This record gives sequence, structure tokens and C-alpha cells, in this order.
Amino acid sequence: MVAVHSRLDRLASRTLGGHLLLALGAAVLLLLLSTQIGAYDNYNLTAVAIFAVAAAGLNLLTGLNGQLSLGHGALMAIGAYTASLLLKDHELPVVLVLLLSVLSTGLIGIVFGYAAARLRGPYLAGATLTLAVALPQVATRYKSIFGGESGLTVPPTTPPAWLGPDFPPERWLAWIAVAAAVVTFVLLANLLRSSAGRAFRAVRDNEAAAALAGIDVARTQVLAFVISAACAGLAGALFAYWSGVTAPAGFGVTLSLQLVTAIVIGGLGSLAGAVWGSLVLVFVPSLTSGMASTLNVPSAIANNLPLAIYGGILVIAMLVAPHGIQGTLTRILTIGRARWGHTPAGGQKGVVDWDDPASDP
Amino acid sequence: MTEPVAPTLDVDGLVVRFGGVVALDGVTLRIEPGEVVGIIGPNGAGKTTLFNAICGFVRPDSGRINYRGEPLLGTAPHRLARLGIARTLQGLGLWPGLTVQENVVASSRVRPGLFSSLLALPSADRIEAELASKAHDILDRLGIGSYASAFPATLPYGVQKRVIIARALMAVPSLLLLDEPASGLSARDIDELAELIKQLRTRMSVAVVEHHLDFVMAISDRVTVLNLGRVIASGTPKEIQDNPQVATAYLGENVATPEASSDA
Repeated sequence: MVAVHSRLDRLASRTLGGHLLLALGAAVLLLLLSTQIGAYDNYNLTAVAIFAVAAAGLNLLTGLNGQLSLGHGALMAIGAYTASLLLKDHELPVVLVLLLSVLSTGLIGIVFGYAAARLRGPYLAGATLTLAVALPQVATRYKSIFGGESGLTVPPTTPPAWLGPDFPPERWLAWIAVAAAVVTFVLLANLLRSSAGRAFRAVRDNEAAAALAGIDVARTQVLAFVISAACAGLAGALFAYWSGVTAPAGFGVTLSLQLVTAIVIGGLGSLAGAVWGSLVLVFVPSLTSGMASTLNVPSAIANNLPLAIYGGILVIAMLVAPHGIQGTLTRILTIGRARWGHTPAGGQKGVVDWDDPASDP
Repeated sequence: MTEPVAPTLDVDGLVVRFGGVVALDGVTLRIEPGEVVGIIGPNGAGKTTLFNAICGFVRPDSGRINYRGEPLLGTAPHRLARLGIARTLQGLGLWPGLTVQENVVASSRVRPGLFSSLLALPSADRIEAELASKAHDILDRLGIGSYASAFPATLPYGVQKRVIIARALMAVPSLLLLDEPASGLSARDIDELAELIKQLRTRMSVAVVEHHLDFVMAISDRVTVLNLGRVIASGTPKEIQDNPQVATAYLGENVATPEASSDA
């Protein structure tokens, strides 16, 4: 017993151990939750997991590496179409489909990443926006492969036999999505704590200083783009299973902008922010339509009201919490710690003597 | 000193033009191992351009730069750290989104591999722990160990300047290029910086671009004076102080230097 305990302790003290324990806890909680909720809520849980994966990837690129992408919806489309094409004629295990979707989107991400590494600020935003607009058109243009406007249907994943004959397919998909999200978050958390994570932020903050510190700026930017694209590919493949059909309309500019909204509202540059953001994306719109339907207004108004309330909530959120939900939580925590007597590191030791009159630049 | 050692840095006939402006006009500079060389000159003399050319940010139109006997021109800036060249930037150039410790650790030449980081393998954790303790040693030696987990923007300017030095030292350079390290520092901080540079010279060569003349004269073995892109004088601090041409170009026509003439 003691031996087991100390081994657990050693495990938890390491980076992987810490992240794994946290992830395991989250996974168990979510899987338990999925057994207690109905089909519709499982459907929403899956959506949250999918958006969390995509938003986490985008947050790595935009929040941590400073490359704004308005085209992540298109990268999700690449993952979704990869999955749908794989499933068109074959019955493949879901893990294989997800991995191949990650691979294909990651490879295409290398190409886009090299282009993106040469662009800065508004030029990068413009180029990625073009991607978001143009890529769905490819599916419309090459109808015989991608199924045109009506898209490709995706067969649902059937729960394995050992879960019993009555196991609901929505719950099974929720499990898959949650598992995929947890694995993604563990890997990303590992990476962000390491030298790669520091390099992403260093390049974002000051490219010249990063280069002088021996960080290959272009390579770092491509790496961030590829990892980000791989996440979008995974989310896209899950999205294909989730919606049952992969069509160009599902991956328009709106989706790309929704992902940007998610990371800004959730908190730029943190994995937790991606989770908060995807919760907002999934639940706030259904909340606002609920609010609109309780009001007794003509249908012309009631139909547009949810979107207006949603917009209003976003505006208020940015005014109240300009650093996003996670940023605000961190701030509250910091203030709380300061007030409860834990002085943050820094102290007073070694402070420069500013009264010294002889300083003359 | 029986066999000749290649100079740490050997710049010869360096010319840099920006359009019609000649920023550097045949600059020659040698830095021997363990030597501290001060580079001074009025604003626009080409001091920072010289550093930028050495670091590959600016492509010279002609001339030669050798580092330890090997040609350096055409080397991408990010490869310099591995060769043993560290440089601080004018202003600060700290990464505001990284803590002091992360700023220092990120400048290490040793980094765990991508896949061992992705999977957080024990080897990656071990390297990370080593880097963290090495960064702590450097920060402690510079007297700013207590700021390790703070973000740069929350710290006094003098502390930030030390973090810059700590970051450069983390790379264990053979050649340290300091661009205005004393600017904005208090007299006491400048004295401490001078003391630090004197200690560093046992392990590396140092080139310092600085406006603060007393500081340069105190730390340098040799001083090179640039004016309008040309080297107008080069020699020991004493020689430079006694050089009338330097006084004219750098200090203006009518500056009397009683100390310099009296203690000769």
C-alpha cells in the first residue's frame, strides 16, 4: 500500500504523470456524466469536445504563437472530408479514421504553414480567410469525388458489442470525442510546458530576440501551424461522425470565425480557454433561442432574436472580461492569493536604487 | 602564447549600404579571445549596424567576417547561438509573455526533442529540470534569483536589464555582443555591470556598444571609435582618450578634457 502510494506520488510529480492524472479524472467524470444524460445532451457533449479540440489547436497557433488564422474551418473540412472519403466504401475502425484524418490535415498544414510563416498580421489573416472561403468551393467543383453541395454521408459508428445491445450510439460517439479530446489535451499540455511551448511564445513576443536565442523562427511557426492543423483535422473527422454528413455548407467562414470567437471569449493562449470557449459556442446559442422563445413576440423578431442576444452576450463578455474567461479566472486567483498572504514571487530583494542621482544614460 | 590563436571575431573591410546611405564604410575590427572591446561613436555612427551585420540581420555589400577563423557571413541569425555567439538587443527584447526563468531557459542551446516533449518522457523532464536549475544559478549570480517566476513587465528596469544578460549567459557564449547594456541604469548598477563583465572575460570575448564613456573606458581592453560608418580610431582606452581626432568627432570641437591631458 505504502509502495503503491509512493509510486503514485512519483508519477504525479512528473509532467506526464500530472497531466495524465488530471486527464484521467476529467475523462472518468465526463464518461460518468454521459451515462446520466439523454441523447440530446450527449450530442451537445460531443460538440463541446469537438470544438474544444479545434479551439485548442487554434489557441496554440493564435494565442501562443501569434499567428491569427481565420481559416481553421477549412482545415476542419480537410479532416472531415478525409474521414468521409475513407468511410465511403470501407468500414474502418474509428481510431484509424481519426489518425489518418490527423495525418492528412497535418501534411496539408505543412504547405499552408510554410506560406503562413512568410506572412504577418493582417496579411496572414487575409490569406487564411481566403482559405476559408475558397476551400469549400473545391468540394462543390469536384462533385464526383466530394459529392458537391449535398456532400458525403457518413455512416454512424456502432458501439462495440461488449457494451451491450442497448448502448445508445450518441453516448458511444460522446465517449469517442471525449477520449480524443483528452488525448489531444494531454499531448498539447506536455508540449506547451516544454521548450517547444516556450519557443512558440518567444517567437510571438519578439522574433529578433527569439532568433538570437537560437530559435528558428520560421521552423517554429511552421511547427505551430502543423500541430494546429492536425488538431483541426481531428476535430473535422469527429465533426463528420457527429453530423452524419460532410458538406461545404458546414465549413463556411462562420465556422472559422466561431473558432476565433471561442478562443477570444475563452481566453487566448490557454488550453482551459479553449474548453470555456467551446462551452460558450455550444450552449449559449441554445440558451438564447430558449430565451427568445419564452418571449411572446412575432416570429419575424423571434427568429432573429437569438442571434442578437448572442451578439450582445459576446460584446458584454469582452467588456467585462477582456482577457477571456480563463484570463479573468487567473486574475481573480492571483488577487485572491495576494490577499490571503501568499506574496507572489518577486519580493523586494535586490530592487534597484532609483534614488541614485548619478544614473545618466 | 606559443602558437597563434585565431581571433574570436575578425571583421575586415565591411561595407553596408542602405540605398544611397553608406552605413558602414570599410569597417575593420578584431576581437581576441578573452578580450573586452568597446565600440563607441556618436548616434548614427553605425555601431548597431555593425552588430546587425555580424548577426546576419543585415547583409553586407562587401567585406569579410570571420568567427574563430571560420567565415560567418551568410549564417542565419538563429544559428549563431549554437556557434557560441550571444547578443543582447538595444532596448530590452525580453519576451513579455514568458516569466523571467522561462526567458532565461528559452535561450539555452540544449533543448529536449519534440517527441520526448510531446510525450513528456522522463528524459525531457530531466533536461527541463537541469535547465531550470542552471537558469536559477545564473539568476542567483546576477542577484535576481527572487524574480524567477515574475513576468518581466512587472520588474524595475535595472532588473530587466540583468535578465537580458542572464538570457545571453544561458547560451554559454564564446562571444558576447552587448548593445547598450548600461543605458538607463543607475550608477550603482553600472558599477556592478562593469564588475560582471570583468569576471566574464575569463570565459568569453565581449564586444560592448555603449554611449556611457566612463563605463566603456573602465571595462575595455581596447576601444574602437566609429564615426559616419568609418573607424576613426582604435586602441587602448588611454590612447583613445588622448586622441584629439576622437575628441573632435565624438565630443565636439571645444570640449576641454583637463583630466585626460593632466594625467599624461
